[in-house]
Amino acid sequence: MHDPSDILLCVRDLQVHFGSPAQPVRAVDGVSFDIRRGESFALLGESGCGKSVTALSILQLVPAPAGRIAGGEVWFDGTDLLGQSELQMRQIRGSRISMIFQEPMTSLNPVMTVGEQISEVLQQHLDLRGRAGRERSIELLDAVGLPAPARRIGDYPHQLSGGMKQRVMIAMALAGEPDLLIADEPTTALDVTIQAQVLELLARLQQDTGMAILFITHDLGVVADTMDHVAVMYAGQVVEKAARGAFFAQPLHPYSRKLFAAVPGGHKRGQLLETIRGSVPPLDRKFTACRFVERCDEAWLRCHEQLPPWIEQSAEGESHGVRCLRYAPDIDVPAVTPGSVAVVKDSAASASRDGSLVRVRDLKVHFPITKGLFHRAVGQVYAVDGVDLDIASGRTVALVGESGCGKTTAGKAILQLIRPTSGTVHYRDQDLTRLTGKALRQQRAHMQIIFQDPFSSMDPRMLVRNILEEGIRAQAIATRAEQRQTRVESLLAHVGLPVSAAKRYPHEFSGGQRQRIAIARALAVNPGFIVCDEPTSALDVSVQAQTLNLLKDLQAKMGLSYLFITHNLSVVDYLAHEVAVMYLGRIVEQGRVADIMQDPLHPYTQALLSAVPTIDKAAGREVIRLAGELPSPINPPRGCHFHPRCPQAMPECQQAYPDLTLLDNMHQVRCFLYPAN
Amino acid sequence: MFAYIIRRVLYAIPILIGVNLLTFALFFVVNSPEDMARMHLGEKRVTEQAIEKWKQNRGYDKPLLYNVQAEGVQVLTDTIFFTKSVRLFVLDFGSADDGRNIGQDILQRMWPSLAIAIPVFIVGLLVNITFALLLAFFRATYIDIWGVIGCVILMSISTLFYIIGGQYLIGKTLQLVPISGYDFGLNSFKFLVLPVLVGIIGGIGAGTRWYRTIFLEEINRDYVRTARAKGLSELRVLFRHVLKNAMIPILTGAVVVIPLLFMGSLLTESFFAIPGLGAYTIEAIQAQDFAIVRAMVFLGSVMYIVGLVLTDISYTLVDPRIRLN
Amino acid sequence: MRAMIQLHRQFWFWPLLLIAGLWLALLALPPLAGVKAVYLDTDKLIFLLVSGVLLLAGYIRSREHLRGPWRHIFRQRRAMIALVVLLFFIVCGLLDSVHFRKPLPSQGVTQQRYSVKVLSLLDILLDDMRRNVEKTYSAPLATHLFAKETVTLENGDVERRYVRLKYGGRDLTDPASQKWPNIRDLATRGVVVGAIIWLVLSAGLTAIFARHQRQPVAVMAKRVYRGDTDIPWRSIYLSLLLMLILLAVLLTLSTEYHVLGTDKVGQDVLYQSIKSIRTGLVIGTLTTLVMLPFAIVLGVMAGYFRSWVDDVIQYLYTTLSSIPGVLLIAAAILSIQVYIANHPALFETALDRADLRLLALCVILGITSWTTLCRLLRGETLKLREMEYIQAATALGVGQFTILGRHVLPNVMHIVLIIVVLDFSSLVLAEAVLSYIGVGVDPSTLSWGNMINGARLELARDPVVWWSLVAAFCLMFSLVLAANLFADAVRDAFDPRLREQG
Repeated sequence: MHDPSDILLCVRDLQVHFGSPAQPVRAVDGVSFDIRRGESFALLGESGCGKSVTALSILQLVPAPAGRIAGGEVWFDGTDLLGQSELQMRQIRGSRISMIFQEPMTSLNPVMTVGEQISEVLQQHLDLRGRAGRERSIELLDAVGLPAPARRIGDYPHQLSGGMKQRVMIAMALAGEPDLLIADEPTTALDVTIQAQVLELLARLQQDTGMAILFITHDLGVVADTMDHVAVMYAGQVVEKAARGAFFAQPLHPYSRKLFAAVPGGHKRGQLLETIRGSVPPLDRKFTACRFVERCDEAWLRCHEQLPPWIEQSAEGESHGVRCLRYAPDIDVPAVTPGSVAVVKDSAASASRDGSLVRVRDLKVHFPITKGLFHRAVGQVYAVDGVDLDIASGRTVALVGESGCGKTTAGKAILQLIRPTSGTVHYRDQDLTRLTGKALRQQRAHMQIIFQDPFSSMDPRMLVRNILEEGIRAQAIATRAEQRQTRVESLLAHVGLPVSAAKRYPHEFSGGQRQRIAIARALAVNPGFIVCDEPTSALDVSVQAQTLNLLKDLQAKMGLSYLFITHNLSVVDYLAHEVAVMYLGRIVEQGRVADIMQDPLHPYTQALLSAVPTIDKAAGREVIRLAGELPSPINPPRGCHFHPRCPQAMPECQQAYPDLTLLDNMHQVRCFLYPAN
Repeated sequence: MFAYIIRRVLYAIPILIGVNLLTFALFFVVNSPEDMARMHLGEKRVTEQAIEKWKQNRGYDKPLLYNVQAEGVQVLTDTIFFTKSVRLFVLDFGSADDGRNIGQDILQRMWPSLAIAIPVFIVGLLVNITFALLLAFFRATYIDIWGVIGCVILMSISTLFYIIGGQYLIGKTLQLVPISGYDFGLNSFKFLVLPVLVGIIGGIGAGTRWYRTIFLEEINRDYVRTARAKGLSELRVLFRHVLKNAMIPILTGAVVVIPLLFMGSLLTESFFAIPGLGAYTIEAIQAQDFAIVRAMVFLGSVMYIVGLVLTDISYTLVDPRIRLN
Repeated sequence: MRAMIQLHRQFWFWPLLLIAGLWLALLALPPLAGVKAVYLDTDKLIFLLVSGVLLLAGYIRSREHLRGPWRHIFRQRRAMIALVVLLFFIVCGLLDSVHFRKPLPSQGVTQQRYSVKVLSLLDILLDDMRRNVEKTYSAPLATHLFAKETVTLENGDVERRYVRLKYGGRDLTDPASQKWPNIRDLATRGVVVGAIIWLVLSAGLTAIFARHQRQPVAVMAKRVYRGDTDIPWRSIYLSLLLMLILLAVLLTLSTEYHVLGTDKVGQDVLYQSIKSIRTGLVIGTLTTLVMLPFAIVLGVMAGYFRSWVDDVIQYLYTTLSSIPGVLLIAAAILSIQVYIANHPALFETALDRADLRLLALCVILGITSWTTLCRLLRGETLKLREMEYIQAATALGVGQFTILGRHVLPNVMHIVLIIVVLDFSSLVLAEAVLSYIGVGVDPSTLSWGNMINGARLELARDPVVWWSLVAAFCLMFSLVLAANLFADAVRDAFDPRLREQG
């Protein structure tokens, strides 16, 4: 066993309430965990489980008066934090415990220079002023890997990229030389390649300084890479707590296991993903049974009757705790018949391979940068700069790339939601770029779109029925009220929603349900082709699985074609038939999903794939570190756009953009490493 | 930067032309000079000669836009539009009904206006920001709730009553300062105290409440949470972080009125008998002196547009996000 | 047949029924009462507005997402007290908007002739106050004139003394000793009457709610008493009680006194300040009615269509807003004055003329004030057009104007509402200032601005004639304060983040 003095932070039975005292929302309801010195501890959970609130209450930063700490203890290095006065807490914040937040864009003060913001901490806690403060700030910026720190110190946050801002945040957190760093989803807002950089940085800093890290995340992959200990939170409670190895080897709680099962991946292609039914229970009441019971496949009668106890098992000197009745020592657990894995027909086999449904040739979308009274164009944003795509009927093409690479613009330009600057888009034999007005509106029935954000994609002032009827009316699919009614009902049935949903407003539904409504809206006009613009990236992993299952199922039943725009490669691996990788407005590599995922050719694709944190990776995976970030599409680098970041750049890469190299099996790449044959 | 200012100034030109055309239409097209003469001369049965003479005195006896009798350039220049409206662009305001030169009057009368407007503006801004900061510091407590209600109450009182009340209480009952009047030089101080005070108090309600909203908006931002997580004190968070950000909308919002300051305050000046531009305008309105009203409309628009340009420039100066892009 | 039964479920059914009843009453009742109805332009617009508000209320009731914010407002105590006060003002204003001319005593069988004097329902209610005109100034509740006058006594001597008022305290034989007891009696009577009216009203209301919520009346009453209701009924009843008592006391006292004194020409000041309510309300509401179509159409079009449409509309409102408001109003009102002075034949009565000027003032105020709303709407539309549900509608092949009507317009309406209620109080305040400058309402129209203007000069007198000012101040202040408090609640409920300026 470990020495108790080894424990740095000890949280016991923490309770945080929001709202009225009469009927509080118990956002955190009895959370306990310990963090040892120098270890990295992950608090894992889906949105709304209370993980961020837990972190904020350690520092007593829960927004008052809405929220308040209603009970429990937080001991930090022998001090009772909850008993500290505000004045005493100030000595601890930023000095012994620091925190970094999810949104580096908004978490820095926009009107203070980076240097000022760092030296503020130095002044407050170390009494370092003037020259000494400045020098220390530069040292810190250097330590977090910010290039040219002496120059950057006078910069304002908006002059830095997202990844650089997060580095500044980390430098600021390190300035007080803390014993504990709380990192609240520090990489969620960043692209995978940047996320890899930041995670690596945090790991290195931890090694150098010996501080402990409380890492809050929803991403199992991130946990798998770097953490020592994991605690899984569900509905305001910790439901499982273990060393990383033990947790990943054998998650105990049914919820944890479901989470693993819901993560998509290439090896699950032929089957439906496991999902968690229902949704998180409301937290405004006292529980008398397990919080997960309604959604649990393994629950039996007793689970409904009593609160699950916290059960500790010991393995290899590490304790593995779980809050589940199944593991109670003196209870007969009924056997669970393992659910059979549902198989879904992969439409790839059945799809006709001849001829493409959608044919995109040399698509360009340039946004002029205008100035002056007469909107004189002074420059161009080369958002999409010559994209060719073929999408066969019944197939899914994934368009992959980091944010800002132009993938969403490309998707909208294909649908003529943004009129392309040049190029053609054919749907069957019809060139959509030549159509306007009514002719275009009629063609729109064939091509639909599903958006990323299920909350802004539906008019909050319309009933679901009206939302679904909008397309039916516009395309005159059903002219009589009864026909429309029938159609709406069948659409809802298709996406697995009850008929009663028609009479409700979108805000009454959860994110996943809203995404179903959005899918039903798209289906209302009988499209053959749907652009899915990051349809699952705003959703929790369990809900994401439901949505992916639905999309796959609909494709199999209706022969739909998808253009699936995403940055999430594990989703691609699960769903897509073909992949196109986009970088700065152009497709750099394209081919069948198996080829690309297993044998990526372009250095960018290779880096992208290696940066993705996965839960089931083979040991010894090495992340290919990409320097810097995506350049601006206003002024793309000369030659190959990727050469400034490319680990394998050659002199010729600076000269010209590489031509298309066609390999076997429809695999195409644009890179000088693969000379055209 | 310089090019930017030039461009902003160029933007202003079409707007000024618009204002000019609008006032021209309002003063000369909706009602002909004939109508004005008739109304001014008052009697039901004025002679044609009297009207002609009235028009001639004021230079209104020309055609509106196009003079068929003139030759050459004069076809366009010898018209009401050119002499009365176009000449406003070179700040030639012509003369008032009593024959005085309006431009001269304006130059002379702007000083008393400024003497009131500038202290009201500066002190008012400081007072309002102070109160707003106080309310923001005590946010969601009874001090804040009642402070806001107090602001609403202050806002619900008409300016007229602030002036009348001030005059009655301080001038008449307490007899601390003269009720009204004006003197040039240092003597002006005792005449200025009351109007300035009234001006400041009258603006507290709306100003404080507005600034409080801005402060609260900033306080809820993420960077404030970061600042707290650094261990900074609440006061430091408020002054160093919140105030610095909130000053951008506050200052740039205030800049737009600076040029208008010298137009003076209509009510204050006329109540306190201060010979500024505000009183000048009111007198002109009451005497129905169209020439002066027209001049002031144009001048006011010019000042507003100058204010807009200054606002844009001040944004680029104050906000690093704009300055450095 | 089924459709017929379903009719009353439509949101417009009850409002339309009410509106029809209202209009029928306005058209049919005057002939029945034997008077000649006069419909001023502002009257017509006011009743149009009332009808619109009724329809809107019906629509809001039928839509859950619209009802939500209103429910929030109705649960706030401060807002509801403000609403009760506002209701009293509104009722006064509406009563004062039903105009007619009384018949003259008929002479033989010739055609019935009507008095040139246009009266309103409110005038009938306040008949005593309207008619009891003294010679000149008298203080509140006075029995004598304010200043000494030279009177010729019966014996021919000339003496300077305070003359008894014709109406104020006319039944008193010895004012010095009888006045205060008399006032106390009258006031007590007022309190009792007010309390009785309140009892009847609140009992009726409670009974209705009890039925609505299917509860015994006693239970409902107990809940109200304990303050155990979602809507703060206890506070509403209390403020209602206070208002009713105040009103009843004022009215009983005014049967024998001039409660707030008389002005220079001997008119009752209380009567003037009550009559001024309509002017304030008209300016506060009709101005908005005038500007709304411009602001909404232009703002939404600028934001949605961008490109040259946006340029033109932006140019339009920048130009208009660059002219200082007061000066533009002054210029326009001067022009209208010229027009009115030169076309005397157009107006049948002096009231017609004053009414046109009032309407003109509303139009001009509307023209100067639409720019703020237009700018806000443009900004919001710019944001909305990027919203994904609008792109989704485009992707479904919905036409542009349908999108504007179905998605954009309903989603900017909360801004319109907030601006409308926020503008109301500033417009009421603006009327006073403008009337003071001389570019407000017609000098013959009763308004707070005109009252202040008339009384201002008398402040120099010693002792001071303060009652006109105080009366105007009190009424204006209570209206504006109530409106402001209510507006705050509306803003908080619909969009707490919207700043009142900028």
